[in-house]
Amino acid sequence: MKSPHDIGGDPAGPIDTADHEKAFWEHRADAIRNLTRHVARTDETRRVQESLGRELYDQLGYTERQITAMVQLFLEKGILTTAELAAKIAEIEARERAE
Amino acid sequence: MNALAPGTRVRVLNVVVPGHVRTPFYVRGKDGVVAGIVGEFDNPEELAWGRTGDRRRLYRVRFLHRDLFPQLPATGDEVDVEIFEHWLEHA
Amino acid sequence: MSTTHDHPEHPDHHLPMTYHEKLTTAVLELLIEKKIISADAVRREIEAIEGRTPQIGAGVVAKAWTDPAFKARLLADGNAATAELGLDMGDSNLVVVENTPQVHNVVVCTLCSCYPRALLGLPPSWYKSRAYRARIVREPRAVLAEFGLRIPDDVTVRVLDSTAVTRYLVIPLRPNGTEGWNEEQLATLLSRDAMVGTAVAREATVAR
Repeated sequence: MKSPHDIGGDPAGPIDTADHEKAFWEHRADAIRNLTRHVARTDETRRVQESLGRELYDQLGYTERQITAMVQLFLEKGILTTAELAAKIAEIEARERAE
Repeated sequence: MNALAPGTRVRVLNVVVPGHVRTPFYVRGKDGVVAGIVGEFDNPEELAWGRTGDRRRLYRVRFLHRDLFPQLPATGDEVDVEIFEHWLEHA
Repeated sequence: MSTTHDHPEHPDHHLPMTYHEKLTTAVLELLIEKKIISADAVRREIEAIEGRTPQIGAGVVAKAWTDPAFKARLLADGNAATAELGLDMGDSNLVVVENTPQVHNVVVCTLCSCYPRALLGLPPSWYKSRAYRARIVREPRAVLAEFGLRIPDDVTVRVLDSTAVTRYLVIPLRPNGTEGWNEEQLATLLSRDAMVGTAVAREATVAR
């Protein structure tokens, strides 16, 4: 049984060969990844991404998968709590509404 | 296992193991040739759980495309894949 | 203390944030508040990420084209040779391969999106796509044809799947008519795609 990430050799459709601008938030997600290797190793984030299940794996974009995996690891390791995340997201949404 | 010399014919194990693995399905059970030794590195299958220190030899293995995909029209093309020693046996 | 406002205006700034954008911002701010990372480190890291472009790789290849001894060192030990130029490959094992009249190399990471970021910057969307990762090992010539590249039948296509610690850089064939060109001029012939293997180097044109 293959995990959804193990796709080498599978048939697939045409390739969109165009360049797409990277969104700024993706650079920020990359920065988190690069700066937290000491707490969440590359292979740990890969393991989590691989265990997301086919639907999530296929529907999430590359960076979305990456931040999803990092958050799960930070939660597992007790670096963040779900309450902290929820409060912070609410704060960010309030700031956004105020702009 | 002693180090495998370049040119050695090897077969990739066709087994299922739990957790994170960096040996793709498309080479499992397939035969190839050792193209070189990459070096010794921590086993990613253990790194995936935050554990370091499990050192393994990493090989670059060259496969003929027609051996990987025998159902497709044969060409002389090749695919190189890095595979850890514990996934290889003599062919 | 808002890190969203520490950064200069960016194009997405006025669009409503998606869930994952908010999640990213939330994680950043929490990690900074908990002093796990610093705002300064984040700023520097983003600058570093944005500063890594394929021009770095092009400089390495152009030097290899003009300096045979450097090329030999580069092919023997990519990390050591690029370190001579002040480049740091991080935890990656850099392997540089060269295209020849007999072999055309093309790089992929079928399992995720490993890529020589230190030399080429961030990978393009197509490199990370399911279609490329799945098909390049299965039908490399058909995939290359979608990039407008047709490899003659008497040339072997070798696909390099970055499944472990190695990151690959391809030295394309040096175009004809470039004798005497300096590194800066040669670098203009090198696209990112050529250094991944989905293109060849640009032709030398009359204007230098």
